[in-house]
Amino acid sequence: MAQYAVLIYANDSAHRPDARAADTEAYDRHAEELERTGAMVAAYALTPRDLATSVRGDVVTDGPFVDTKEIVAGFYILQAPDLDAALAIARLNPACQEGGGVEVRPIASGGVVERRA
Amino acid sequence: MDQAAVEAAIVDAHRREWALVLAATLRVAGDLDLAEECVQEAYAAAVRSWVRDGVPDNPAAWLTAAAKRRAVDAIRRERTFRAKLPLLVEPEEAVEDAAVDRLFAEHDEAPDDAVPDERLRLIFTCCHPALAQDSQTALTLRLMCGVPTAEVARAFLVSEQTMAARITRAKKKISGARIPYRVPRAAELPERLRAVLGVIHLLFTTGHTAPSGPGLVRAELVDRALHLARVLHELMPDEPEVRGLLALLLVTDARRATRVDAAGRLLRLEEQDRARWDRGAMAEAHDLIVSGLRHGRPGRYVLQAAIASLYAQAPSYAATDWPQLVALYDRLLEVWPSPVVALNRTVPLAMVAGPSAGLAVIERLEQEASLAGYQYLPAVKADLLRRAGRAAEAREAYRAALELTANEAERVFLSDRLASLDPAGAAPAAGGEPPPEPGGTIR
Repeated sequence: MAQYAVLIYANDSAHRPDARAADTEAYDRHAEELERTGAMVAAYALTPRDLATSVRGDVVTDGPFVDTKEIVAGFYILQAPDLDAALAIARLNPACQEGGGVEVRPIASGGVVERRA
Repeated sequence: MDQAAVEAAIVDAHRREWALVLAATLRVAGDLDLAEECVQEAYAAAVRSWVRDGVPDNPAAWLTAAAKRRAVDAIRRERTFRAKLPLLVEPEEAVEDAAVDRLFAEHDEAPDDAVPDERLRLIFTCCHPALAQDSQTALTLRLMCGVPTAEVARAFLVSEQTMAARITRAKKKISGARIPYRVPRAAELPERLRAVLGVIHLLFTTGHTAPSGPGLVRAELVDRALHLARVLHELMPDEPEVRGLLALLLVTDARRATRVDAAGRLLRLEEQDRARWDRGAMAEAHDLIVSGLRHGRPGRYVLQAAIASLYAQAPSYAATDWPQLVALYDRLLEVWPSPVVALNRTVPLAMVAGPSAGLAVIERLEQEASLAGYQYLPAVKADLLRRAGRAAEAREAYRAALELTANEAERVFLSDRLASLDPAGAAPAAGGEPPPEPGGTIR
């Protein structure tokens, strides 16, 4: 099994701090579906672009790092035997039906840092 | 056994069996570089061995066994080192598919369980959509046909160094991203097959009308593409579009000997000597087309082949069934709404309804951004203008076409047409331009 990061690109994230359940329903349903398959390792939804802050060199600016139509709205890590399997899962993301899409990248290394008390 | 006979047998086995031997060896070797190396060594060893013992009854089996043996030895030697690298083919298919299959159970039919020819796995891997198309074509030539990198580079007019880097990058992506070595699931098959057909077609058109430089046909590429189409048809005999592609290549190539004259000048379709067309290839294509048309809604390649075949089967250019061609182009536009198809359609349309009907369509197509810079647009327009008696505008269009054309044979042809329109020049000829290859595509 290999691990792949799936970067979700969309016009913006629906996950505003004041978002209601109805606003994010499609994404939540998809996340649950992925969880059930056992393919998902970790998942993060990001807040909208308005909340992004970028640092280039030593200059801090308001907004996403790359000024494009689509931004990274979230990402997750999945486990799959090969790229076809990863793509088959990734293309089910609702972003693909909403004018955005996903980028699938094999993970080189990493993981959640365990904290000791 | 005599050296020359053995060498001929090896050249033949290289041309015909490379993909089979490589694909089978890959199952043992697990990665492309090692498999290629072992297969190359097996071919080299065959020279010595076959001179001594004679050519075996089944050269492919001999070569496969020799290459596999080398792969096993190499793996034994390097076991500890190789264990750290991701393998293209997991030993014994130990991949854990359960999680994905559960997902597919909800969205899809069952995963494929047929046992396909190893060569099918190989070509689907070479033409995986996660690879850029120039990498797909290069890998296909290299891995399916065993063409050395230097020759692949020559075919695509890049330096050997550039091509080597391109192939290395593609192989790294295959292993690094784990592009699988298998035939796609049924649900993905149509889309993935389109990519494979597209690569073979591109190889053919690149060879058929070399995009630049002297000489119209790079025969080697054309032969490779035909070979690949034949292999694919042998492996997937029930796919109508595979039949369609093979038919299209056969019928187009049937005119190879007559496309240029002795001096290398491009001949218009109406000037070509139909008696010298390859009737055997045309008949084979015809049978494939007939069976392809019988299968439900014919796809792009079946229709393109039907169009090319109809052009070829007419006893003379003048006797071509133009209305039937327009009808076939209409059906082709439905399944493949490409502006290039719409452009090619104007040729028979002008024969049925007159040059101005064709020109009206061309004026619309000139608004298409995707056709900007497509040399056949001004070329077809020039011919229609000439036939409509609008010589000044025709000259302008010929000049525009010349500016966009790099192929030497095509440039000479266009210059000749331009010269014939000289106010003091020869009487205008009747008939049409050779259509850019019937149903051609943008490269």
